[in-house]
Amino acid sequence: MTTSANLSYSKLFNLVLKRDLTIALRHKDDIINPLLFFVIIITLFPLGIGPEANTLARIAPGIIWVAALLSTLLSLDRLFKSDYQDGSLEQLLLSPYPVFVWVLAKVFAHWLITGLPLILIAPLLAALLYLPEQSFVALMLTLLIGTPVLSLIGAIGVALTVGIKKGGVLLSLLVLPLYIPVLIFATSAIDTAGLSLPYSGQLAIIAALFFTSLTLAPLAIGAALKVSTN
Amino acid sequence: MWKWLHPYANPETSYQLAGRLQPWFTGLSAVLLLIGLVWALAFAPADYQQGDSFRIFYIHVPAAILSMGLYTSMAIIAFTGLVWQLKLADASTAALAPIGAVFTAIALFTGAAWGKPMWGTWWIWDARLTSELILLFLYLGVIALHNAFEDKALAGKAAGILAIVGVVNVPIIHYSVEWWNTLHQGATVTKFGRPAMAPEMYWPFLLCLFGFAFMTAAIVCMRFRTEVLARNAMRPWVRALALQASESQEAK
Repeated sequence: MTTSANLSYSKLFNLVLKRDLTIALRHKDDIINPLLFFVIIITLFPLGIGPEANTLARIAPGIIWVAALLSTLLSLDRLFKSDYQDGSLEQLLLSPYPVFVWVLAKVFAHWLITGLPLILIAPLLAALLYLPEQSFVALMLTLLIGTPVLSLIGAIGVALTVGIKKGGVLLSLLVLPLYIPVLIFATSAIDTAGLSLPYSGQLAIIAALFFTSLTLAPLAIGAALKVSTN
Repeated sequence: MWKWLHPYANPETSYQLAGRLQPWFTGLSAVLLLIGLVWALAFAPADYQQGDSFRIFYIHVPAAILSMGLYTSMAIIAFTGLVWQLKLADASTAALAPIGAVFTAIALFTGAAWGKPMWGTWWIWDARLTSELILLFLYLGVIALHNAFEDKALAGKAAGILAIVGVVNVPIIHYSVEWWNTLHQGATVTKFGRPAMAPEMYWPFLLCLFGFAFMTAAIVCMRFRTEVLARNAMRPWVRALALQASESQEAK
């Protein structure tokens, strides 16, 4: 034990990241299902609202972002659940390393597994919804900065509910109100880009949200995990 | 100061303190509310533009102020509980959340009832209304999380963490909603810049505000006492209390 206690923080981060990614790649449906959910939700909107290109283009940013919120929410459960059930979460909490480091590694892994594929597939869906061409870059940028915020804030909710048997619905009640600022600024950035106006202000605010949650969320996640594993 | 505060970390002492304070709060709130509401609803001058329907203001605004104040105080209590590991702080978080939620709901409902004659609609996606609605969701989240745990000590801690996370988010949500509204529809909403009020309208408002505040304090004391009792049900002093109560009932 004494030798392994000398891991540097970056090494610890990489180890946890690698472990989580390996586990995720062995359960591919965990990656694919939220993505399919994302696609299906977006397909439902034109069916419900009607195929007029103008209407769809007007609401496309909102639809894509709400679908992103929901599919992130759906995938959040696996962030700590299996680790909690097989006891490795408790081992990590008992380890001499700061919670901050490995929690960030786990959240980063979650984002790589669920956020990144979502960003990659988003332009295709935006094209289906007739999003104006000048908005595409804004869509990608907001998703790129915004989805990590979703993973970070969502992780707080999962950490709080991981010990509860039916935590799924509760999780959405806790987390969705906290997602509102990201949703507002992301969609307004895309809308502004659609009018060919500068949208760097909205991006800056999303970036500010990202850095705030990057620094503060791991503290809350750690505290919540300690409560949940008690 | 710490020496003075220290005894109240003991559940029994703070249970008794809450019991002593409760009748004072109840009496004060009854007097203030009686005077304030009668004055406000019957004698205060009607608004020159809105007529009598503005009188709902005397319930709406105190409820709105308390709904936000209670969330903040809940988060502060949760924070002290987290830092100094006070078990009683968790009990008071649990005591505060439903009261705050009810005040938020009152503020929303009275707002809707006021909005119908004034704006001609029950609901406007105005920044203030929207952030009040989101505040209600945050309250409901705290309550739901608290109910989801079997172990009440854990429940209080988890709800406390959520309250702290929420309070960091409340200003962000408020300003983002304000920004969102101005972006989308600008001047369609007549914003309620409260006019400088005449003193004969302001005094009943103050009475109502403090009346509701003391009422909250009284309910908090009551809920806090039951929470403390429920959490310490196995302690000797609670048993002695229960025995005493049953004996006095038998004597009657």
